[in-house]
Amino acid sequence: MNHTEKIQHSLKKRHAREKRFRLYGLLSVSISILFLLSLLGDIGFKGMPAFWQTKVKLDIHLDPERLGLGPNPDQDDLFQANYQRLIADTLTRMFPDAKTRQQRRALKNLVSKSAAYELRDAVIANPQLLGQTRPFWFLAKDDVDVYMKGRIDRNLPESQRRIKDYQLAWIDTLKSQGRLKQGFNTTFFTNSDSREPEQAGIRGAFTGSMLTMLVTLSLAFPIGVLAALYLEEFAPQNNRWVDLIEININNLAAVPSIVFGLLGLAVFIGFFGVPRSAPLAGGLVLTLMTLPTIIITSRAAIKAVPNSIREAALALGASKTQVAFGHVLPLSLPGILTGTIIGMAQALGETAPLLLIGMVAFVADVPHSIFDPSTALPVQIYLWADSPERAFVERTSAAIIVLLLFLMAMNALAVFMRKKFENKW
Amino acid sequence: MNVTSLLLVLVSIALLGYFGGYRKARALSSSAKTHSRPQYHGYLVALWALLPALAVLMAWTMSQEAIITRLVMSELPATAQHQSAAERSLFINQFKNLAQAKKSAVDESGVSLPNEEDDPLTNQAANRYLHWQERSQVARTLAVITLAALAIWLTLRRLRASFQARNRVEKIIQFIMMLSASIAILTTVGIVFSVLFEALQFFRHVPITEFLFGTHWNPQTAIRADQVGGSGSFGAIPLFTGTLLISLIALSVAVPLGLFSAIYLAEYASPRVRAIAKPVMEMLAGIPTVVYGFFAALTVAPLIRQTAESLGLSASSESTLAAGLVMGIMIIPFVSSLSDDVISAVPQILRDGSYAMGATKSETIKQVIIPAALPGIVGGVLLAASRAIGETMIVVMAAGLAANLTANPLDSVTTVTTQIVTLLTGDQEFDSPKTLAAFALGLGLFVVTLGLNIISLYVVRKYREQYE
Amino acid sequence: MTLDKTALVVDNNNNSTEVNLTGSASDTADMLDMTIGETVGKALLEDAKLNVRHANVFYGDKQAIHDISLDIGKNEVLAMIGPSGCGKSTFLRCLNRMNDTIPICRVEGSFLLDGEDIYDRRQDPVLLRSRVGMVFQKPNPFPKSIYDNVAYGVRLHGLAKNRAELDEIVEKSLRRAGLFNEVKDDLHKPGTGLSGGQQQRLCIARTIAIDPEVILMDEPTSALDPIATALIEELITELSEKYTIAIVTHSMQQAARVSNRTAYFHMGKLVEVNDTDSVFTTPQHPLTENYITGRFG
Repeated sequence: MNHTEKIQHSLKKRHAREKRFRLYGLLSVSISILFLLSLLGDIGFKGMPAFWQTKVKLDIHLDPERLGLGPNPDQDDLFQANYQRLIADTLTRMFPDAKTRQQRRALKNLVSKSAAYELRDAVIANPQLLGQTRPFWFLAKDDVDVYMKGRIDRNLPESQRRIKDYQLAWIDTLKSQGRLKQGFNTTFFTNSDSREPEQAGIRGAFTGSMLTMLVTLSLAFPIGVLAALYLEEFAPQNNRWVDLIEININNLAAVPSIVFGLLGLAVFIGFFGVPRSAPLAGGLVLTLMTLPTIIITSRAAIKAVPNSIREAALALGASKTQVAFGHVLPLSLPGILTGTIIGMAQALGETAPLLLIGMVAFVADVPHSIFDPSTALPVQIYLWADSPERAFVERTSAAIIVLLLFLMAMNALAVFMRKKFENKW
Repeated sequence: MNVTSLLLVLVSIALLGYFGGYRKARALSSSAKTHSRPQYHGYLVALWALLPALAVLMAWTMSQEAIITRLVMSELPATAQHQSAAERSLFINQFKNLAQAKKSAVDESGVSLPNEEDDPLTNQAANRYLHWQERSQVARTLAVITLAALAIWLTLRRLRASFQARNRVEKIIQFIMMLSASIAILTTVGIVFSVLFEALQFFRHVPITEFLFGTHWNPQTAIRADQVGGSGSFGAIPLFTGTLLISLIALSVAVPLGLFSAIYLAEYASPRVRAIAKPVMEMLAGIPTVVYGFFAALTVAPLIRQTAESLGLSASSESTLAAGLVMGIMIIPFVSSLSDDVISAVPQILRDGSYAMGATKSETIKQVIIPAALPGIVGGVLLAASRAIGETMIVVMAAGLAANLTANPLDSVTTVTTQIVTLLTGDQEFDSPKTLAAFALGLGLFVVTLGLNIISLYVVRKYREQYE
Repeated sequence: MTLDKTALVVDNNNNSTEVNLTGSASDTADMLDMTIGETVGKALLEDAKLNVRHANVFYGDKQAIHDISLDIGKNEVLAMIGPSGCGKSTFLRCLNRMNDTIPICRVEGSFLLDGEDIYDRRQDPVLLRSRVGMVFQKPNPFPKSIYDNVAYGVRLHGLAKNRAELDEIVEKSLRRAGLFNEVKDDLHKPGTGLSGGQQQRLCIARTIAIDPEVILMDEPTSALDPIATALIEELITELSEKYTIAIVTHSMQQAARVSNRTAYFHMGKLVEVNDTDSVFTTPQHPLTENYITGRFG
């Protein structure tokens, strides 16, 4: 059998090639997944410490004289008193070795600048504290915090460290006196952006994101559903206008997001005078971006409703509109909601168009309405990523973790809904 | 009345209209059989009450800002008139801010703030502005409510037993649906007009040939007219090559990895592996790009620089390679998902035919399945390319701002999208060539990605038709 | 491996049926429930090309083939007939291990090709399939030119030394498939552009280009019009001079026209197998008779 032998001869090589090919495939999948894991791992490793914050306990003598207060201070006096001085006094008393100007400044920088405000708020809330000596827990300065988390190597030569030897000595003393503790970082969730890492939080950005999403959802969902219902149930066949709509939807789904930003800047802000940096502007731009996703998925869900249901209802004398809203819409709603959640998840992670409509400004307040200047969570990540301080790297990663958790929850919800309401016609 | 409360009032008026229509139809149906059920008469009245009033409210709200500003400016004494455009817009900003401050002060404490160091002209303008705003709001409220009431009255008068209320309601609903669908067209038109309009203005300052073929990009414009060397140069070639370089790196990562992953998942993987690996890989597309940018800038770029330095190469800290690699990983799912779909859509009988000839699996894939699925795969790659070209955050964060004309992936280059962001996030005036340049770049970006999308959609559709 | 022929005594007299065959339409249900029992007729041959013993095939938990033993002789055309879902295609696909591509499919029993076990661990399905070719129900030319379709297997297996030899093999195969004259000017046009009958002959040409020993045909004419069918049937008769052919068909007329032996399958069992003439003139099993007389099927 000349033939079979010939084939047999080359078989070894062919099977080796087969194995190699299969290996390439396995490798590609593994590389992709490995990359995903290293991305998540890297961010988790960098971000987890941000959920803990070091605090320093100082025994403050609330001396009205040092505060420059008279015998019966009113609210305004209390508000404007120099609390920073009390903190400096306390620290100098504890560490009299700080001699040079530089060292004294370093000493003050053991605690965050927010300490003075905390003190002020405590005194205003309870003026009886004046004259007493009380222990207070203050936020530690970011350098102290980073050191306490073990992210600064004290074996490095002093010149290469952000923390000098004398600072290390102070920290060690504080530690030995039990004046340092690490606790859950609530500041990160209750504060808005700040120039000081230890005071910076995501509340403002988070609220901004939520307000933006609110605008997007309340516009994109009804418009998307109506459009999908129209295209599937009412649109005339072979109509030029309808064809044009379909081409446009498909193309818009792939237009770069930054182009939508340009549109928002020129049309919404430039032409209609929507306030810059406001969640309203962001929400409008993201609405236009998510509409194609919502329309495309909703159409698929509507298409999946079998014709027999429409025919049954029509045969009972229902009008086309009654069939669409009374039967088709409720039956396809789970699919539509799934698509909407996916579209909203996309919108939540979007950054570029928001940069162009000015949501990148430094905003230290929590926005109260969709007209207030605001940032959004991904934009906050972008802003913090630019800051060189180690503590900001930590917070950037932590903000990413929060964002990713949100996205995962949304996607999990979408998967759950698809599974739960999956219709087997 | 502000918009929110006005909306609430409108809704209550519409509700009243609904009950009015409903009751009238009920009364009619006692003597004769009505064509439509009473609630449809109600709906019709409510819709007529709501829609025209809403349209007026929207138009009014959108245009009032511009009209009031113009009114205020025209009322000011002549000294305020002959300002340059820039001064004018600064002045407008100032008095609006002041007006805002006054308004919020009034809202909060009920006492108006004493004006501190504001100059009297600004103060006057702010007061006029507030005055007109108040007038406009009152007029708007009156107009909207009158219109709604009028519409209810007119519609109620027309109700008869034979009145086809349901058909009319459905017509209106269908019209609203058609409008919703048409927003897609409006968006495209909006994009084209906004980018085109500003880009044309830009080309009035900078000749289009210089923009398209110039090799020097340095968008510094004069702040003062007499500044030296302040004209800036707008040759976009380095941006195009930079975009191209990064996209090519990204595609050379994404295409092989994506394609091989798709082949493995579609042809080799067991259903269990597939059920896990496919959604995990698709997670890559769900991660926000700002996260990739952060990872590229803070983890991958330093890694590349260290590696390059240990090999004796010099690498920029903002390396093209880092941005390209990370972007490549990000667009893997675009290649793999679509390829997976088209590979799975190749009919089983083609595979069977090849196996029956004694082909191994890889031979079948290479010689039968890939050629059969090629149009779909090409479509996926084009879509990924359009994604890479339009990607913004990764390059903004990880690639540089230096407009180098280089093909060295260890150097730093800048891209079209990076420049758009840079030009538009700083301090800006709306009419400077610097700002307008961003729109010209946006126009280029839109045209190129649109072209890629259209080609890829066409290719994929042709492929689908082949097997349907 | 020795063939255990004693285990397969074919009992011609006792067909263990419990149904009377005065059959009216209402009896059809009973007929389908009829006990099938042992295979009737002449299942085993001396000096066969393929020997199958005690074949059982499962799809997951469902058994599709129940203990079938059957030989296929050298250069004979064996037709397999039976109602849909009777397992004839499954059986056919066992003969070149095409069932390997279905993950849930499990095959038991012994399958010998020239005395060599098809399912032996050392048996390479690639080599096996180059010896046992297959033509499918729906014509499935590859999305390539007519030339490349025929050359596909030759190139895969490295059977042609040079272009001239390849050209020669392609032409010869197309001629033997009776297609050459129709396509000789269009060799480089896509194979998918041909008519259904031409496509199927192209698939046959593709199969014989690598010169297999056995050709399996799975309802090769079911998607074709009568004229194309006649051409293919003619071709099968010609090919039987050189190859062993097993053909699954829905059409009893086709079985009668092209085959030497006919096997009747019913619900995963081999009911009767015999020379085609005797099956169609004097069926021994009542189920066979019912099927060929058209009471069901």
